Amino acid sequence: MEVDVSNYVALSAVMFFIGVAGVIVRRNPLIVLMAIELMLNAANLALVAFSRAWVNNAGHIFVFLVVTVAAAEAAIGLAIVVAVFRRAKNVDIDEVAGLRG
Amino acid sequence: MIVFYALAVVLIASAIFTISQKSPVYSVVGLLTNFLTLAAFYVTLDAEFLGIIQIVVYSGAILMLFVFVIALLSSGIGPFAEGPNRLPRVLVPALVTILIAFGFLAFGLLHAPMGPLPPHPTTSTLGAVGSANVFGSVGDFGVALFTAQLLPFEMTAFILMVAVVGVVVIASDAVPERTLGRHAGRRKRRTAKEREPIAKTGR
Repeated sequence: MEVDVSNYVALSAVMFFIGVAGVIVRRNPLIVLMAIELMLNAANLALVAFSRAWVNNAGHIFVFLVVTVAAAEAAIGLAIVVAVFRRAKNVDIDEVAGLRG
Repeated sequence: MIVFYALAVVLIASAIFTISQKSPVYSVVGLLTNFLTLAAFYVTLDAEFLGIIQIVVYSGAILMLFVFVIALLSSGIGPFAEGPNRLPRVLVPALVTILIAFGFLAFGLLHAPMGPLPPHPTTSTLGAVGSANVFGSVGDFGVALFTAQLLPFEMTAFILMVAVVGVVVIASDAVPERTLGRHAGRRKRRTAKEREPIAKTGR
């Protein structure tokens, strides 16, 4: 059995859902951010696999863009975590409910 | 094929390790393993430059940022609330979400033209400029980035600049705490002024 694109896409889907589970289940915001990184990387794996299948490097450019957005998102998310910790002395995303109506 | 399945096992195991650890430092180690495995996947998919980017940017920069924030926050007391698992409360929405997403995914996979990967491409889509300009190489990526995809590249620079400004605004303690302190002082003075006549009249 030869490895084809669907193997890579299935692997990417499994990794994405592990990331979704991490975001939904965990309460530590750092691990939630890491799970978001997992999801972004799962999308990157699918993009690279499709790019290889169609021999077109537009997917590589898109992965580059996603990496940039992930870096920006991680930096801003961690800055928010630090700011919340400074204010509340508690980093639990269930406790940070100041915007609840 | 053996390489694919070995790497896939490592990838899934490290992803599960990442989200199941109590301490965020262990999660970072799991995420590091995950990213290195992903870089190996990129190399097997003929995207050598993206493999290098994955190691340098993710493992070198983003994970270091995570490690620094963990060191900053958990020096001294442990700031992270240890509590019961959220899984029982969110089980039903999580299952519904996963079922819907798997439905979309199965639909897409069944309708997409899937075949074996084409043989190793020796030229890029932009035409063979030199012998080093094969698909996925640094030359191929760079030519595409600076000619056909120049606008996304410039948008990348803009996104990074906005992120830098946002991080400085959010994480600097000077601006918000001075504002907070001024408000707190004003409120304290006002309450003292309100309290004074009450004390004088003896009400």
